[in-house]
Amino acid sequence: MSSDVRFIDFKSDKQPTWCPGCGDFGTMNGMMKGLAETGNHPDDTFIVAGIGCSGKIGTYMHSYALHGVHGRALPVGIGVKLANPDLEVMVAGGDGDGYSIGAGHFVHAVRRNVDMSYVVMDNRIYGLTKGQASPTSREDFETSTTPDGTNQTPVNPLALALSSGATFIGQTFSSDAQSHAEVVRKAIEHDGFGFVNVYSPCVTFNDVDTYDYFRDSIVDLGETDHDPADRDAAMERIMEGGTEYTGVIYQDPDSVPYEQREGIEGSMTEIPDGAPDDAMDLVREFY
Amino acid sequence: MPDDLNWAIGGEAGDGIDSTGKIFAQALSRAGRHVYTSKDFASRIRGGYTAYKVRTSLDRVESVVDRLDVLIALTERTINENMDELHDGSVIIYDGERTSMQDVEVPENMTGLDVPLKRLAEEAGGAIMRNVVALGAACEVANFPIEHLDSSLSKRFGDKGTAIVENNQQAARLGQEYTTEHYDHAYGYDIETTDEDYVLLNGDEAIGMGAIAAGCRFYSGYPITPATDVMEYLTGRIDQYGGKVVQAEDELAAINLALGAARAGARAMTATSGPGIDLMTETFGLVATTETPLVVCDVMRAGPSTGMPTKQEQGDLNMLLYGGHGEIDRLIVAPTTVSECFWKTVEAFNLAERYQIPVFLVADLSLAVTEQTYPPDAFDMDAVEIDRGKLVDDDEIDPWADEQERFQPHFPTADGISPRTLPGTDGGAHMTTGLEHDSLGRRTEDTEVRVEQVDKRQRKVETAKTEEDWSSREFGDPDADTLVVSWGSNEGPIREAMERLAQNGIDIRFLSVPYLFPRPELSDAVEAAETTVVVECNARGQFANLLEQDVFERVERINKYNGVRFKADELVADITDLVRPQEVTTQ
Ligand SMILES: Cc1ncc(C[n+]2csc(CCOP(=O)(O)OP(=O)(O)O)c2C)c(N)n1
Ligand code: SF4
Ligand SMILES: [Mg+2]
Repeated sequence: MSSDVRFIDFKSDKQPTWCPGCGDFGTMNGMMKGLAETGNHPDDTFIVAGIGCSGKIGTYMHSYALHGVHGRALPVGIGVKLANPDLEVMVAGGDGDGYSIGAGHFVHAVRRNVDMSYVVMDNRIYGLTKGQASPTSREDFETSTTPDGTNQTPVNPLALALSSGATFIGQTFSSDAQSHAEVVRKAIEHDGFGFVNVYSPCVTFNDVDTYDYFRDSIVDLGETDHDPADRDAAMERIMEGGTEYTGVIYQDPDSVPYEQREGIEGSMTEIPDGAPDDAMDLVREFY
Repeated sequence: MPDDLNWAIGGEAGDGIDSTGKIFAQALSRAGRHVYTSKDFASRIRGGYTAYKVRTSLDRVESVVDRLDVLIALTERTINENMDELHDGSVIIYDGERTSMQDVEVPENMTGLDVPLKRLAEEAGGAIMRNVVALGAACEVANFPIEHLDSSLSKRFGDKGTAIVENNQQAARLGQEYTTEHYDHAYGYDIETTDEDYVLLNGDEAIGMGAIAAGCRFYSGYPITPATDVMEYLTGRIDQYGGKVVQAEDELAAINLALGAARAGARAMTATSGPGIDLMTETFGLVATTETPLVVCDVMRAGPSTGMPTKQEQGDLNMLLYGGHGEIDRLIVAPTTVSECFWKTVEAFNLAERYQIPVFLVADLSLAVTEQTYPPDAFDMDAVEIDRGKLVDDDEIDPWADEQERFQPHFPTADGISPRTLPGTDGGAHMTTGLEHDSLGRRTEDTEVRVEQVDKRQRKVETAKTEEDWSSREFGDPDADTLVVSWGSNEGPIREAMERLAQNGIDIRFLSVPYLFPRPELSDAVEAAETTVVVECNARGQFANLLEQDVFERVERINKYNGVRFKADELVADITDLVRPQEVTTQ
């Protein structure tokens, strides 16, 4: 599509109802920029959104979109992409949507490595249901349903992704507008499953993983000598406690997307008016 | 039935029973004979026993019977398992040199053919071919020209090379010759061949073939008996038409993958059985409320829970009618024969796109695994019609856009069916959501819009009710006092039972119901009949209950839920019992 698409073309006329200051505003801006900068057009883009505050993103953006069932956004996105590889497919949702109820799909979407992107707004809390622990909440994080903390190790989504065969792992901070948009752009451009975990603070229910916290603890890998193609180095960063790394943490330069490996040539949407010409051969097979 | 032969091979799971049975069935089909097969995974004792049964005739065969004429018994237990069906004059082929078979005693009223299957197979090139030696012996018993078996063996082993084919053909000959030499040909089972041209396939294969014919290009599924054959059939074949089969991580993913493909604009399907339907129920409501055309196939097996995975049941009806929270609009078609599995699949795809709605395609284990013969034109591909419904192109969008030029995917039209743009259509971009939405597909809790959208979706179903043909398949005497109503695979056994009942002076009007929602209007038929009886494979009479609600009358029920399909024999007895109770003496 033409390069005169502006990021604002991906914005719908619906005003977001997120709390003022919610990290999801910044996350969404970066997604719109990433899509526009990679030359996509809303009419050729399909966004699948999860359920949660984060999942409202499908409504606030303009494109073809489906806002589905809690935790099932990834398989929907994969189905869209395989049926019509000409579309740009982006899936977006929350940490609960992706790493709790949808954790099974996350692992398998990573393995399948379809050429699409997946943006998780990780606020380490269930925002929409008003502040319960999420799979990425800290062990001692007290909420209405975990008064003594979760007493469980938080999920490390990046480690989960890497060990499942991820070919692109990025992590960003929603208020670092420029680097967030850049990593999302790279995830879109990546030949395969571009996964980006976004620190997208919930200002209403999470008073631990705040803007201040992230600002103080983030190290931007872009400013270090980290080589994203080095899988071992990526693993080391990912398993390290205490530091929150942002940037492209891992990218397999030789990634070949699933649809290519499977020989999917083009869109499956065009079909003849009747049975295929040689369909009687299918019957003869049973002779 | 003239020239009827009931044949079986049985042994341990892993003995190649299915594949041998299929080879024989294919040989009979290629010899222009009708075939109806059934698989016995049954065990009255403990696991391990399996059998493949073939009923063959010059006329169409629609049911299994309680009768076995020729049995290849690879184990002693095979004989014991089938004692009820064996009769005076049955022929049992076995290998008396097999250690475990040395003490086998064939009952005196039957003919035992002790054939050294293993030894002869080794002579032909390998012990693995012992079942084929037995098939050669069976050819001799039935006086069946061995060339047809040759032809079936080359189909089965052709891609393994000519040497393997020839060895197998030789093995069959050794079995045939040994039997000729050692036993008098006095069995009474000589069968004829014809020049008729038949194909042999099962219901799952017919569904898969129907899907390709109908333009289905995306299939996602998670393996489960007895639906896996649909997936295996499509794998590789659908690729030739630009499609793909995707094995999902579970049924939650399977239906969401298919939903995604359908939103992208492909004709998409997933198939599963009861346990998978449970998981997929989560997403039914989403499919319906986003008005996405999708075909979801349920090949029923015995439940609840894991139930009896390889056993027949029609127990999912209530689930399919009512499953899911809230009020979900859906259509339900349910083929009643193997060939109808093909045609109803085609129809399901058209209905799905015409009404932008989930369509359940319901089959049962019996239909799925039964291999049946048909003339090829029973699947006349020229008769397949495809209707994609209200698809709207770039240049047709204007009338459907609001004053701000936004496309309205859920516009409340008079017939309830909205225009549909596929992603990639310029100016057609829109969202949709499982939340109640307005005509733009955006979330709303506006009371008026809610009512408008609920009514619109229901109006679609009303349109479908009036625009489509939801009638029953009718058989027998339209003026008979006794009305039999059934659904699914019972059609075959009931039709066969009717022939025999008619000979006994009991005329039947039979309505076989291929649509479960909407379904045929049966009030007049029930009203006109003296007795109405619903035949179905479940304990609670789910269809009978439904019919009683529909027609405000009590109906009789014949239910079977031991995991085995109906047989014509037992239906003759059961129906006679209902109509003329004094006449039933034995069963
Ligand atoms: C099957 C199901 N269970 C529970 C819910 C309620 N629910 C909605 S959003 C949500 C959690 C959202 O958390 P997260 O994915 O982190 O999104 P956030 O709101 O934080 O962006 C839950 C439990 C639901 N919609 N569906
Ligand atoms: S509750 Fe939290 S996540 Fe939800 S909109 Fe408000 S700030 Fe954002
Ligand atoms: Mg969250």
